[in-house]
Amino acid sequence: MDAPALETRELTIRFGGHVAVDKVSCSFRAGTLTAIVGPNGAGKTTYFNLISGQLKATFGTVLLKGEDMTGLSVSARTHRGMGRAFQLTNLFPNLTVAENVRLAVQSRAGVGLDLVSLWSDRAILIEKAEAMLDRVRLAERRLATVASLSHGDQRKLEVALMLALEPDIFMFDEPTAGMSVDEVPTILELIQGIKARSDATILLVEHKMDVVRSLADRIIVLHNGQLVADGPPAEVIASPVVQEAYLGQAVA
Amino acid sequence: MLRHLLSGDLPRSHALGAVLMIVLVALAGAPFLFPGSQSLNVAAKICVFIVLAASYDLLLGYTGIVSFAHTMFYGIGGYGIAIAMHGISATWGAMGIGIALALLASLILAVIIGLFSLRVRAIFFAMITLAVASAFAVLASQLRDITGGEDGRSYSVPMVLRPSFRLFDEPVLGVSITGRMLSYYIVFFSSLLLFLAALRIVNSPFGRVLQAIRENEFRAEALGYRVVVYRTVASVLSAAMATLAGALMALWLRYTGPDTTLSFAIMIDILLMVVIGGMGTLYGAVLGAVIFILAQNYLQLVMAKLSAATSGIPLLPQLLHPDRWLLWLGILFVLSVYFFPTGIVGRLRAGRR
Repeated sequence: MDAPALETRELTIRFGGHVAVDKVSCSFRAGTLTAIVGPNGAGKTTYFNLISGQLKATFGTVLLKGEDMTGLSVSARTHRGMGRAFQLTNLFPNLTVAENVRLAVQSRAGVGLDLVSLWSDRAILIEKAEAMLDRVRLAERRLATVASLSHGDQRKLEVALMLALEPDIFMFDEPTAGMSVDEVPTILELIQGIKARSDATILLVEHKMDVVRSLADRIIVLHNGQLVADGPPAEVIASPVVQEAYLGQAVA
Repeated sequence: MLRHLLSGDLPRSHALGAVLMIVLVALAGAPFLFPGSQSLNVAAKICVFIVLAASYDLLLGYTGIVSFAHTMFYGIGGYGIAIAMHGISATWGAMGIGIALALLASLILAVIIGLFSLRVRAIFFAMITLAVASAFAVLASQLRDITGGEDGRSYSVPMVLRPSFRLFDEPVLGVSITGRMLSYYIVFFSSLLLFLAALRIVNSPFGRVLQAIRENEFRAEALGYRVVVYRTVASVLSAAMATLAGALMALWLRYTGPDTTLSFAIMIDILLMVVIGGMGTLYGAVLGAVIFILAQNYLQLVMAKLSAATSGIPLLPQLLHPDRWLLWLGILFVLSVYFFPTGIVGRLRAGRR
C-alpha cells in the first residue's frame, strides 16, 4: 500500500504547561481536500506550523510520502514539496508583485545562488511568474510594490507564491479571511483548480462553513489541541461533538 | 551594451545619470584634469572608498546585515600587501601572494563569523562583529614583528609603480606618465571592475534573494531559501571586496598601519557614506564616497576662504574658522539624513516619479 501523502503521528507541542497540539495522528491522502475546523485557539495554525516546520514538535513525527521530516528545516521541507499560504499576509513589502512571485518561481527552479547571470535575463522564469499572476488575476498590478496592494490582493499574491512553488501539499490558512465578498470567488476557483489535479493534497483551515461544505472531501475537528472528529463533511458537521465544541457557540 | 555592463541597473534619473557620468569622467581623467599629488591622492581615495562603501552596502542595504567588522577585512587586504612587500620583496609575485593570502584569511573569517553568528538576532550579530574587529585591531598592533605595530609598515612597490619611473621620455598632453600615474590607473580600473561586479551580483537572482531576506527573512525561508547560507555567501563576497579595496589602498599609499585600515573612524565613515548616498543602491555608495572624501579633504579649504571673506562681521569668522570643519561636516550629515531619509539617490529617483 502506498504511504499517505502526508501523515502526522502523535504530533505534540507544549509551550510551558500549555499543550497547544496534543497527540494529533492523522493522514492525508493525495487527491483529497481536508478542511480543518475548530474554535479560535484550538491549535489549527499551530498544527500547520508543526507540519511546515516553523515550530519544532515536542513529541511525534511528520511524514511526507512516508519520509520522516520532523528534523528538517522549513526550507528543506519546502524543497520536498510542502507549500503554505500564511494566515497573516507574509510577503516582501518593498519588492514588486512580479518580484515576489518570481522569487518563488526561482526557488522552485533552484537558481537562487546564481551570482553572475542577470535577474532580468531568465525569460522562462519570468514567463512562469507572469502566468502565475494571470491565474490569481494580479497581472495588471505586476509592477506595484506589495505594500501598496489592497488586503485582498495581498491574499491573492500569498496564494500565488504557494502555487509558484508547485508543491505537492497545499496548506491554506484561512485564505479568504478579511477579503471582500466579491474577491472570495477568485480564491475558491483557485482552490477548485488545484483540487482538479488528482495528485494534490490540500489542507484548508477555514471558518466559513459554506466554503468548507462546498470544497471539502473530509473534515477534521481540533478542539483544545486534540483531534475530536474526523469524517465526511455532512457526518462531521452533524455530530454532537462538533455541535458542542464549535458550531454550538455560533448557534447559542 | 551599457545596459549589460550596468547589469540592467540603470540610474533611472537624469540628474543621477549626469552626476555619475561626471564622477566617472573626473576619476578617469584625474591625472590629466587635476595634476598634483594631493588631488590625485584624493581621486585614488575616492576610487577605493567607492568599492569599500559598495561592498558594505551589499551587507547593510541589500541583505539587512549590520556588521562592524568591515574595516577588519579592509585591513586584512592592506596588511596582506604590506607583509608580503615588506617581508618578501617589492615584486609583482609577492603582491600576488599577499593578495591571495589576504583573500583566504578574509574568506575563512567571514565564513566563521557568518556560520557562528548569523543565526542570532541582528543586534547580537552587530556586537559580535564589533568584538571580533576590536580583537583583530589589538592583535595587529601587538604583533609588532609582523605588522610593525602602531607604526605600521612602509614598503616599496614594483619599479614601474614608483614615482621616479617614467613610461615615456616625453610628456603626454603636457603631463609626464609616471609610475604614480600607472598606480592610479591600476586603482581606478580595479575599482571600476569591482564596482561593476558588485552591480552584477545585486542584480542577479542571488541579489534578489538577498533583498527578499532583508524584507522578510521568515518568508524567504518558507519559500525554500536557506537564509543562513545566503547571508554567509553575502558576507563572504562583501569581505572579499573589502579585502581587495584594502589591497588597492595599500598599493597606492605604500604604507599600511592601524590608522589607515583598522580604525573605527573608518568604519563610521563607510557607514555614513552608505547612509547618506542611499542604502540598497550601489550608486548611493558612489555618491556617498565622493561627497564624503571631498568634504574631508576640501571643507577646511573652503572654510578658510569663507572665514577670510567674512572678517569684520562678528562671530561668523570664528564659526567658519577651518578648525570648526568637523562641526560643519556633522551638521551637513544631520541635515542630509533628515531631509533625504532614503539617501541622495533615493531623493533623486523619487524626484523623477
